[in-house]
Amino acid sequence: MIAVALWSVAVLLALAPAGIALSTRPRGSFVLYAACLIVTMTLCVTGALHLLDPAHPPSTATLPVGLPWLGAHFRLDALSAFFLVVVNLGGAAASLFALGYGSHEESPGRVLPFYPAYLAGMNTVVLANDAFSFLVAWEFMSLTSWALVVSHHRDSENVRAGYVYLLMASFGTLALLLAFGVLANGAGYDFDAIRAAHPSAAAAGVVVILVLLGAGSKVGLVPLHAWLPLAHPAAPSHVSGLMSGVMTKVAVYGFVRIVFDLLPEPVWWWSMVVLLVGGPTATLGVLYALMQRDIKRVLAYSTIENIGIVFTGLGLALAFKAEGLDWVAALAFTAAMLHVFNHALFKSLLFFGAGAVLGSTGERDMEKLGGLIHRMPKTAFAVLVGCVAISALPPFNGFVSEWLTFQAILLSPQLPSWGLKLIIPAVGGLLALAAAFAAACFVRLYGVSFLGRPRSDVAASAHETDRFSLAAMFALAALCLLAGIVPGLLIDALAPVSHAMVGNVMPHQTGLEWLTIVPIAESRSSYNGLLVFLFVALSGTAAASAIHRLASDRVRRAPAWDCGFPDPNPAIQYSASGFSQPIRRVFGSVIFAAREIGEMPPPSSPRPARLTVVVRDLIWEALYAPIATVIGWATERINVLQFLTIRRYLTLVFSALIVLLVVVAL
Amino acid sequence: MTALRDFLLQGAQMLLVLLLAPLLTGFVRKVKARLLRRRGPPLLQPYRDLVRLMRKDVVLAHNASWLFRVIPYLMFAGTWVAASLVPTFGSGLLFSWTADLIAIIALLGSARFFQALAGMDVGTAFGGIGSSREVMIATLAEPAILMTVFSVAMIAGSTQLSYVAEFMGSDAVGLRVSLGMAFVALIIVALAENARIPVDNPATHLELTMVHEAMVLEYSGRHLALVDLSSQLKLLLYVSLIACVFLPWGAAPAEVGPERLAFGALLYLGKLTVFGFLLALFETSIAKMRVFRIPDFLGAALMLALLATLLRFVSGGM
Repeated sequence: MIAVALWSVAVLLALAPAGIALSTRPRGSFVLYAACLIVTMTLCVTGALHLLDPAHPPSTATLPVGLPWLGAHFRLDALSAFFLVVVNLGGAAASLFALGYGSHEESPGRVLPFYPAYLAGMNTVVLANDAFSFLVAWEFMSLTSWALVVSHHRDSENVRAGYVYLLMASFGTLALLLAFGVLANGAGYDFDAIRAAHPSAAAAGVVVILVLLGAGSKVGLVPLHAWLPLAHPAAPSHVSGLMSGVMTKVAVYGFVRIVFDLLPEPVWWWSMVVLLVGGPTATLGVLYALMQRDIKRVLAYSTIENIGIVFTGLGLALAFKAEGLDWVAALAFTAAMLHVFNHALFKSLLFFGAGAVLGSTGERDMEKLGGLIHRMPKTAFAVLVGCVAISALPPFNGFVSEWLTFQAILLSPQLPSWGLKLIIPAVGGLLALAAAFAAACFVRLYGVSFLGRPRSDVAASAHETDRFSLAAMFALAALCLLAGIVPGLLIDALAPVSHAMVGNVMPHQTGLEWLTIVPIAESRSSYNGLLVFLFVALSGTAAASAIHRLASDRVRRAPAWDCGFPDPNPAIQYSASGFSQPIRRVFGSVIFAAREIGEMPPPSSPRPARLTVVVRDLIWEALYAPIATVIGWATERINVLQFLTIRRYLTLVFSALIVLLVVVAL
Repeated sequence: MTALRDFLLQGAQMLLVLLLAPLLTGFVRKVKARLLRRRGPPLLQPYRDLVRLMRKDVVLAHNASWLFRVIPYLMFAGTWVAASLVPTFGSGLLFSWTADLIAIIALLGSARFFQALAGMDVGTAFGGIGSSREVMIATLAEPAILMTVFSVAMIAGSTQLSYVAEFMGSDAVGLRVSLGMAFVALIIVALAENARIPVDNPATHLELTMVHEAMVLEYSGRHLALVDLSSQLKLLLYVSLIACVFLPWGAAPAEVGPERLAFGALLYLGKLTVFGFLLALFETSIAKMRVFRIPDFLGAALMLALLATLLRFVSGGM
């Protein structure tokens, strides 16, 4: 199994230099993306086969590369197999989408070589079985994605996004490097050796914090999120989908691998830290999303929200595992993994939708769009499915994973720790708020850009996207529905992962009648997505056919009513900023220090009135800006060293030598 | 034989909520009118309105999309399914395990999601104002009701409504502070969700602060009839929910004989009457709030529900 996976990664790596040659050919991008599609499908099937095989022995391999005394170790176990499926399902969808979308690329030479390399990097992270290969693959993934972020480098905003991203990625890798340094103390870099070693409680605690910083900066946990909404939208849309839908999952994998697998039994305060970060991340992420006008930026912020939900599930799993309640830990962990899978599906779908809109109109600003449901009906339908799924509404898949998380929260009064007893209900409240905000956010996104009347000429002359892009979007939309109506299959497929990580599994689901899911016992809770879907579909069609047959089925077209004052000007519609104004007023006045400054002209003046909205990012101002100021100040001071005479440099070198010799002598 | 009986009971429940919903609305309107010393429309007027609307042509705005025409059916189907899953005269019906309380709330959330989209579809200012305010209200009402569900579920040890009703009807409950807080929170949320005074005014059109009516302004004919029927079903659902959780007496388990079920149905009608009367009384004795006072009102519900949940956690849950 592992051999197939590694050969596929090797093919992806070989495709990277081929990308340079192909980028000048007319059909080059098509060939490259088709090759990527085949390889990622192979990897996805490999992972799925491993996950579904009931015996599933971990298969390992060692390659003679990397550190000379260590070699590069690779291992395919249940956790790797699951993430292999997630990564390559997203990768295959992105490649299929890019078969059509990639032909619009202005500078394919800046995208094609890096795209397969980026896929190879993500796959290697998931397969690595020693710290050195893991870190090298992690950094490779970061750098190739950085190259893709700055592929449209003539836009100064993208360059800034790339700069911030590079800084944060280096910070994250540094934190992970330190974490592995602490872990390797006395054990070495091989994951098997680390697993067998028993670090002290203090060392394990330090590792958890470092991993939370390292993986957290990659997934955008608040307050380490600042780079994500800049970098993810800057890349070409299929890469944005990969970064948001897939790369964040690779970082979740890193967190799970180290904290659940490599470290010994958890301590209760770990879960407290994770929950305290996860809950606010969920709420703040989507609240930020509600303040944005750029479609892709809204989606990037919503990624932060979903990662918050995943980390809340992981935090709950840690808490239950620490207290020995394995069977609830399995529920919380499965919920988190299910959300990882679901989010990869609908976030990729939504980014592809944004890409289709961008390709057809050249606009990312919602306030210049509108009415696309008439001109891009198929894209509009697929995006609608994505919006419903991500808003956690039944019968789609987002609801199932949130529902399972809520069920785990409802079991947490059994935890003995007082700190957790106070935090978990608050986190539950934050998740509920996040779910409501998410629905508001996607009503806004869909309502402003796809419904209503076009707000600009480009929106009025939009056209449907190509058939490959549509195929990718419809495949993902179908998977969203399928995962929502038969979630029991997925829960059962996740059983080996949950068994390996928390030592217990959720009850077997697929044998239950009508494919109901029952996380604990039927007397506690049950949900049947299939029946909900069937009931809604049946009663809706029954109502429609009954009314059409018995009452009336006539339709007349007329101008809009609008209380008797219809205005042909499309500016009369609610804008994206206007739509979120009530929410901004209720929640944003504290969190974003949001203010509205209305400026009225004097009574006789014909000047128009102006309304200025100020929304500040307090986290950026309080955390990032001071650090940037300090570094800027320090570099200004050190800068004089650059302009010394040769004598002074020689003196400096000499005194440095003396100091070093003194240090060595002591 | 039992399978057929279970099936029939579930069907009876679906039909019952569908048939009773307009009656409840008519009753509330009648009582409100009588409290204002008006005579008011007859009790059956909502049925007549529905039939008349269904027979009329649909007048559709020129740029209304296919989504605009599908949404009334989606809203109706979602609300109807949700309403048929809340126990009324009997608990533990055939499909009661299809969706628990959280899923029922989420189904209503789906209906609201689509309704808000419908407000944005034609591209008018009124539709936008309605949708924008509706989602603002929902961002407070939804967490509040979820926290209420949490506290109730932790007391009953289940989110499954049939089991909750059974537990609440038993002696094991006693008088609990958290239940009281959850009750008040649920009432506030129910008022907001059903667009009742003081949050919204169901009787008027053309008022600057209107929310629900603004969203559905462009609907006519059979579409409007379905939208109206959905909101009537939603009111019935919330009344049934409050009755089922806080006054569960009389809701018979499905296995018992027909006379107990008939008794349950009679008692259910009694509960509807009492709640309808109280709602009308409350609405006539209070003024509508301006729109930015609503967050305070709903925020109180959210805080109460959160406190109730916290209390359950601290006192050991289960």
